[in-house]
Amino acid sequence: MELIIAAIKAIVIVALILQLIPVLIWFERKGSAYIQDRRGPNRAQILGIRLGGMIHNLADVVKLFCKQDIIPTKASRIIYVVAPMIAIFVASATVGVVPFAEPLHLGGLTIPMQVADLNIGILYILGIGSLGVYGVMLGGWSSNNSYSLLGTLRASAQMVSYEIAMGLALIGLFLVTGTVRITEIVSQQTGFHWYAFTQPIAFVLFLTSLFAETNRNPFDLAEGESELVAGFHTEYSSMKFALFFMAEYAHIAVGSLIVSLLFFGGWNLPGLDFDWIRVYPEAALSMGLPALAVGAIAFGLFLCSKFRRHKYNDARDYEVLIFGVPHVLIGFLMIGATLLLHGTTLPTWVGPVLVAALQMGVVLAKTLFFCAFFIWVRWTLPRFRYDQLMDLGWKGMIPVALFNIVITSAWLVFVH
Amino acid sequence: MDLSLHTHKMHLNLGPSHPTMHGTLRVLLTLDGETIVDANPEIGYLHRCFEKESEDHTYTQIFPYTDRLNYLSALMNNVGYAMAVEKLLGLQIPPRCQYIRVIISELSRIMDHLVCIGTNLVDLGALTNFWYFFNVRETMTNWVERLCGARLTNTYVRVGGLAKDLPAGSDKELRSCLKELNKAVKDVTGLLKKNRIFMDRTQNVGVISAEDAINWGFTGPCLRACGVDYDVRKAAPYYDYDRFSWDVPVGVVGDCYDRLFVRFEEMVQSTRIIEQALDKLPDGPIEVANNQVVLPPKHEVYNSIEGLIRHFELIMFGIKVEPGEVYSYTEAANGELGFYIVSDGSGKPYRIKVRPPCFAIYQAFPELIKGQMIADAVAILGTLNVVAGELDR
Repeated sequence: MELIIAAIKAIVIVALILQLIPVLIWFERKGSAYIQDRRGPNRAQILGIRLGGMIHNLADVVKLFCKQDIIPTKASRIIYVVAPMIAIFVASATVGVVPFAEPLHLGGLTIPMQVADLNIGILYILGIGSLGVYGVMLGGWSSNNSYSLLGTLRASAQMVSYEIAMGLALIGLFLVTGTVRITEIVSQQTGFHWYAFTQPIAFVLFLTSLFAETNRNPFDLAEGESELVAGFHTEYSSMKFALFFMAEYAHIAVGSLIVSLLFFGGWNLPGLDFDWIRVYPEAALSMGLPALAVGAIAFGLFLCSKFRRHKYNDARDYEVLIFGVPHVLIGFLMIGATLLLHGTTLPTWVGPVLVAALQMGVVLAKTLFFCAFFIWVRWTLPRFRYDQLMDLGWKGMIPVALFNIVITSAWLVFVH
Repeated sequence: MDLSLHTHKMHLNLGPSHPTMHGTLRVLLTLDGETIVDANPEIGYLHRCFEKESEDHTYTQIFPYTDRLNYLSALMNNVGYAMAVEKLLGLQIPPRCQYIRVIISELSRIMDHLVCIGTNLVDLGALTNFWYFFNVRETMTNWVERLCGARLTNTYVRVGGLAKDLPAGSDKELRSCLKELNKAVKDVTGLLKKNRIFMDRTQNVGVISAEDAINWGFTGPCLRACGVDYDVRKAAPYYDYDRFSWDVPVGVVGDCYDRLFVRFEEMVQSTRIIEQALDKLPDGPIEVANNQVVLPPKHEVYNSIEGLIRHFELIMFGIKVEPGEVYSYTEAANGELGFYIVSDGSGKPYRIKVRPPCFAIYQAFPELIKGQMIADAVAILGTLNVVAGELDR
């Protein structure tokens, strides 16, 4: 039984992260478009359904699968093939110790909502995360290309130095939490007692080094498209390139997940009392469902109001109806369910499951917020230069992180 | 025991197939790590024999070729070339034509700077600004399309005049373009001016002293960024430039930051010139009243034998220019754009030599990037605004 649950969890959670990748790519494309006064992708369609540009990702996947997979003759074959695998493995393996909700109690069974609840939690994340540099390093080095080599040099130097800053920033946090187990760190952050407010320096440093770890602008030196063509993945094509690409987005997703768990309260949201919901799911549902219903109906009606019969003169005309009408129907179903709920008692498993679902929703919402932040920063800031990046890492962030440790320890010893 | 590691310098072929080199420039870099030890540029990837081709074309037929010199501001090349031929002919063009030429010159200066700054910022990694500028440029290009039917290679100017008058409603449309430009400049400077990363990337990078700049033959924004107050429009005014009130922006240090912000300020000054020119735009003909130079009106071509012969001769044999030579220069977007024309009295020039501003500026590029890093080379190249069409001709 436990084995089955573990297997299901492993599959579901990795699938969840992989599912976030197309969403993030869509976020990136649409977000950058709106930042830049553009429309963004809106053409690819299946039977008229465009999902606001989401279908483009599908088109990209088809394209990337069909592309010729080129391995340069002078490349070191085995390493060249293994490198993108390492990149995507590392990005998705990190999520193994990340909890999505409090442990679920069903009858006599306790199911932790994560693959493994390790007592070394974050240390595992740091350890696996630091393997990420191998994907980039081996990929660039085995390509046997000058641009790739330069990209690799930059990437390895950058990732190694920013890992130190990241680790030191977290020490400040550990001093306060007294534990490295993520579930405990999250359960300490009830109400508005989020560590982003009590450990602001650690939060800023961690977020910044996360940008460096994920190789995103302003730290995208390893790719540095205007300088190094495409950096370490210049020679990669087809799905090997796609794996690097996916690894970057998976990194963002996992990174955002960790930030929201460690510093932004995880599943805690002020105003949401999970213990109460667990005991009285009927009351919670009869308050929550009508609110959701109103939202769904309003959104559905808004979509339906956009319907114009001869806008495109093909199946695309009906896209708004395909999404609008079900929204309205679901809204009415919710109202009906609320009425049915009145006076009935739900079985005991509803409360815990409802809480787990809510908590996952809160965590994912916070994660997506940070993903959006990643995208926002990328399209706003210029890129660093290599030596300036090193200066910032070694002369800026590491001293500040050390200072933070000193201040935090002093506060713990003398004030607390 | 010798413990030092064996190292050797790395060669990197920057371009021609490289995002920053735009497929047209090639620099062979010798690198020590990321630092550039030696740079060896090679030009000619966009060489299209402009000067040789011109010798086999009539003076009017050369206009489309001038479009392709600095293709970002084609209208201004038209004006520069037309001015040289008119100087050789000793023509005085009517005031309305002069004012329209001022308007299109300044507009294409703005359009050129928009591309220069926009692409340079892309090279620095700040992609968004490029779109802020290109949206404005799009509105201007739309006006240019209404003006002459082409968006990029305009061929709008003729010897002794213009192809046609301004389209209806130009005044209003241009003013709204300029208003949008102001907003875009404000947006982009807001994102960059005090941006620490941007300042670190551009300040004290690619510094060139005023003396060196003059010795290399710098002109235009790159020279003015070094603090030299030289602008052909002020130093040797043409087309009533001395009657407009405007200022020459000048930098202090001569680094990438100064070069960029001189261009920002030049766009604002060009806006002032265009607004004044629109205010004062006189009525009257747009072409000289000289039937040896200008094509006769259509009703004369169809209804009189003289008109038909004149038309035929101008089309077939070109404008006859007295033997002589001339050097005429204008302030183009990148600096002094000079045309040296030798005429042998026929309808085709005996020799044309272009003095493109980029050519002189690009000479200094290897010196500027030696000892800097690859990222700096990219930033410096962008601020020098080397347009290969003009460089290679």
